[in-house]
Amino acid sequence: MTTATLQPMAASGDPTAAPTRAAPVVEVQNLKAYYQVSHYGVVREVRAVDDISLRIEPGEIYGLAGESSSGKTTLIKVIAAATRPPLNVVGGTVRFRFGGETVDLYGGAPPDLQALRWKSFSYIMQGSMNVLNPVRRIRHSFVDFAFRHLGQPMPQFMKAVGAHLERLHLRPGVLDAYPHELSGGMRQRVTIALATVCRPEFIIADEPTTALDVVVQKGVLAMIREVQLELGSSLLFVTHDMAVHANLCDRLGIMYAGRLVEEGVTARVFREPRHPYTRHLIASLPRIGDTKPREGLKGVPPSLADPPQGCRFHPRCPLAMPVCSERVPPMMPLAHGQGRVACFAATPEAIGKDAG
Amino acid sequence: MSPPLLEVDAVGKSYSMGGLLAREQVRAVHEVSFTLESGRPEIFTIIGESGSGKTTLARMILHSVPPTDGQVRFRGRDLATVRRRRDRLAFMKEVQPIFQNPFEAFNPLKRVDRYLFLTARRFVGAAGRRASEAAADEALRKVGLSLAEVKGRFPHELSGGQLQRAAVARALISKPALIVADEPVSMVDASLRVAIVNLFTRLRDDLGVSTIYITHDLATAYYISDRIIIMQKGRVVESGPAREVLAAPRHPYSIQLKNAVLSPDAAGSDAALRAALPADEDAEVAMTG
Repeated sequence: MTTATLQPMAASGDPTAAPTRAAPVVEVQNLKAYYQVSHYGVVREVRAVDDISLRIEPGEIYGLAGESSSGKTTLIKVIAAATRPPLNVVGGTVRFRFGGETVDLYGGAPPDLQALRWKSFSYIMQGSMNVLNPVRRIRHSFVDFAFRHLGQPMPQFMKAVGAHLERLHLRPGVLDAYPHELSGGMRQRVTIALATVCRPEFIIADEPTTALDVVVQKGVLAMIREVQLELGSSLLFVTHDMAVHANLCDRLGIMYAGRLVEEGVTARVFREPRHPYTRHLIASLPRIGDTKPREGLKGVPPSLADPPQGCRFHPRCPLAMPVCSERVPPMMPLAHGQGRVACFAATPEAIGKDAG
Repeated sequence: MSPPLLEVDAVGKSYSMGGLLAREQVRAVHEVSFTLESGRPEIFTIIGESGSGKTTLARMILHSVPPTDGQVRFRGRDLATVRRRRDRLAFMKEVQPIFQNPFEAFNPLKRVDRYLFLTARRFVGAAGRRASEAAADEALRKVGLSLAEVKGRFPHELSGGQLQRAAVARALISKPALIVADEPVSMVDASLRVAIVNLFTRLRDDLGVSTIYITHDLATAYYISDRIIIMQKGRVVESGPAREVLAAPRHPYSIQLKNAVLSPDAAGSDAALRAALPADEDAEVAMTG
């Protein structure tokens, strides 16, 4: 954190070309993170993230979908190095590649997170009020978060912040406002500006628009897309709203009960979902102009403290086979680079393989 | 000819804000009128963004907030005359609410079944454990649950979808004629929304229960509603048969709302978002500072 100059990433020139051949910005391998509680000597384990591997390429928006309690938030906590007991990383690795340097979060010596946070990776959170100090003007939030990372004297720093706001079409006047003086959509725009002011290479967005109205939501999403394209950052975007994923994300990962069950380019996942859970998720979306009755999924999501044997979706799956209740389907690559899926029915060749 | 089930007649609500000297009247709802006929159950949807007055309207229909102007009449009777405890209970028996967040609607420290039993005792007059259990089980079965699944459980032990279905079941125990559901699915996962929303259709078709469905989600509104009103800043800007209105909205605000809906069919293209980019002026107007 000696200097403030950040080398623009290789992909910033044409970030629309989603998966490039460059090294991934984030690489998650066989990650296992459990909530471990010992209650009078009885250890209870909640396997919120179980054996997840994924890569986020430079300059892409990776969408993470799944219902509540499917482990989305736990996964991003682990990726953001924000774990604290009872959440423990049991196995696997999370590696960042920032400006040519590799940072391994859970292997070897703990990295200097203070220097990395906000400068190299930042977050956009759901509740903007949790980020902005309610009793101080917005200006102070910018100073708190970004001043030491940009490493400029105060006048230049404020000038840089002003220029950044202008680039995001925000009036510099917001700096002198208190958070409560701004509307919800405006506050969320300010937090986006705050998260991007240091031009981080990787941004995590956790349901940033779920609390907003439809009209405002679209504008905020457009802003996220614009700033992401401009900075060439990679974005991990988490929401359960599939319509948002459809319009924003380059690639999509679907989580179910702590596991990644499908991954692929967004258009492919929507057009041709391979996992039965994804298929249901997409078929059940109501659309304006379509009144065809839609069925809810039978049953309830499994308890992560006591997940079913084998594939965790098999008790609710219309395609369940005997093998599904015995073995965990491995994540198999699909032909023609269409992504990956973990389902014996979708990739019968997986039956012969070991889940590992 | 029986009186209509519910008449909302030029209803308005003002709140006064500020102190003694700088008092200001804020009009939350302004001259809203509509009628739900009895004997013709329907799903009546109120759409609007936050601050459009839809929740205030719901509260006035539920008789928990008195209107400043106009009347709300239920089965021909002005709610302002429903004052005595007995009348109130009789009214509540017929009009039941469902709230946005099931985890807030139920006390986290109390078991879910307790609410079902209490409702059964109060509104159906179920005396004793067996009668209230039977009433609770009957209502739970209507929403695809059973007492065995819910009994003795705390809210955190149920999933959001289950809990919201239990909330619908609780509302059904008193065999109401009208359910007022204020954003019942906005806290529920997209994948579970359909299951909850389907319930209202089933209640209408099988049990003859009308629903006032308050939402900002145009897609589910289109999916289930019979009639619709669109509210903006306390006024109704457009109303009519749901599918006609949503297929071809006329009022500029309705058009804006419809255009803001992100279609899942756009998969993989951010064209819709790019189109939304020059909307900065709107955002700045929203800033009050």
